[in-house]
Amino acid sequence: MIRLHDYVLSASCYKVRLMAALLGVRLDLEAVDFHPGRAHKSLAFRQLNPAGTLPVMVVDDLVLTESTAMLVYLARLAGPEWLGPGTPQASAQVQQWLAFSGRLAASLGLARLHDMLLYTGDIEALRRDGHLALRELESALTECRFAGHDWLVGTAPTIADIACFPNVALSQDGGVTLDPYPAIRLWSRRVRSLDRFVEMPGIHRLHELRPAPAEA
Amino acid sequence: MITPQVLNEWYPVAMASQIRAGQRRETQLLGIPVTVKMSDGAVAVHGESDSFPVMERFGHVWTCLGSPAHDLFAVPEADQPGRRLVDVGVVRVKCSPLRAVENFLDIAHFPFVHTDILGAEPHTEVNRYEVQIREGSDEVWATKVTFYQPQAAKSAEGGIVTQYMYRVPAPTVSVLYKTCPVMPDAWDVIGIFVQPLTEELCDVWPWMALFDDVTPEAELIAFQQMIFLQDRSILENQIPRLLPLDPGMEIPTQADLSSIAYRRWLKKRGLTYGAQMVAA
Ligand SMILES: N[C@H](CCC(=O)N[C@@H](CS)C(=O)NCC(=O)O)C(=O)O
Ligand SMILES: [Fe+2]
Repeated sequence: MIRLHDYVLSASCYKVRLMAALLGVRLDLEAVDFHPGRAHKSLAFRQLNPAGTLPVMVVDDLVLTESTAMLVYLARLAGPEWLGPGTPQASAQVQQWLAFSGRLAASLGLARLHDMLLYTGDIEALRRDGHLALRELESALTECRFAGHDWLVGTAPTIADIACFPNVALSQDGGVTLDPYPAIRLWSRRVRSLDRFVEMPGIHRLHELRPAPAEA
Repeated sequence: MITPQVLNEWYPVAMASQIRAGQRRETQLLGIPVTVKMSDGAVAVHGESDSFPVMERFGHVWTCLGSPAHDLFAVPEADQPGRRLVDVGVVRVKCSPLRAVENFLDIAHFPFVHTDILGAEPHTEVNRYEVQIREGSDEVWATKVTFYQPQAAKSAEGGIVTQYMYRVPAPTVSVLYKTCPVMPDAWDVIGIFVQPLTEELCDVWPWMALFDDVTPEAELIAFQQMIFLQDRSILENQIPRLLPLDPGMEIPTQADLSSIAYRRWLKKRGLTYGAQMVAA
């Protein structure tokens, strides 16, 4: 049994829920009262994760407190192709994007918590850092397209895409628009069209394409 | 627009338990900076020089910047034995406070915004329902509302046709009554208490009074936050930003009866903070 200490509005928790859904892995979700209760900062919760952050994954004796590590665990368990092609270059690139997803959380993610749940922070600086990260992502995805690929690493979706997707797709919640980033918007549609995709509040599923209007 | 009527209403400004736990909340009401904190063992709300009347009800702190025109509305169910009262916590939304209330009254969006939870295609039809302004209490009520819901509440175990009643007991408050999945003869009560920070920015405090002694509190909160956060991105994109009170370019349908009654009620009472007065 894989237990996930979870919060429905957390982008980091959603990373893990999305990966599990795409892989068809069942998670046993334990809701934590992150807001307004701040239960993740309680003494009891800190026994589990001294950092006082969500998500936390528990599988028997294994306790994971980094969402990116949870993606690796799930992929290794149920879909190793999600780890990427496995060449030295590709493996390193996947790691690079997993770490990059932390920068997204520290900029776009915090801007969202500021705007939505009244967290304190320098909102202008957070949004600026968010845009800087998005520009990097936009340019990488554009390069991918020039090389004929749709995904961050190799020719198929990997944990790198899933790690970066949530905070990017939720950027509007923190007042950062994706309007200037066409490659990112196309990539986001691609992620949302994956088989077994699940949404979270703020990320809408793609509505079925309706038939084109009949010719007059 | 701030009118005397707007100033003389009660508005939520904090969660009572957080202030009682010693938190101090620096916030805004109708564009005016206010502080909510404990002072001499009681909850106090004050501005730069004045202090304002305080009411602690339904888990929240309420205040009035003018002279209260009437008592705060009643929710008798809040005192009913066996109900769980749940404070869901604040969510900030960049929208008119009136739009937040109007959206809460609308059921037609359920299948599209709360897909597979509060609604699902093809069950999109809003059946005829009744709307009235109740004499005496002077509240907007919508009754005999029914809607098919795949997961009406955390406690629901499958799709049900949910009965609803909606009321607007104060300009920035709505309270709904819906079929309680585990006690079909009782109503679950869910409210949104909207704190107007400015005419285009609000802090929304959802609150619940439910019959459900099984679901852990964190799951009840998560369920309601999930629903409300699905609305947030929609609310932040509504145009025009202010709620039009005069019929203009928007063409209402039968499903919009409660929204029309709410807009008329606001206009007649001069409750125009967050409203657009000229035809759009
Ligand atoms: N360890 C990181 C933590 C992710 C994170 O920042 N989670 C947020 C919720 S979205 C959190 O718990 N914040 C509380 C805090 O940082 O104090 C991960 O798993 O990616
Ligand atoms: Fe809604």
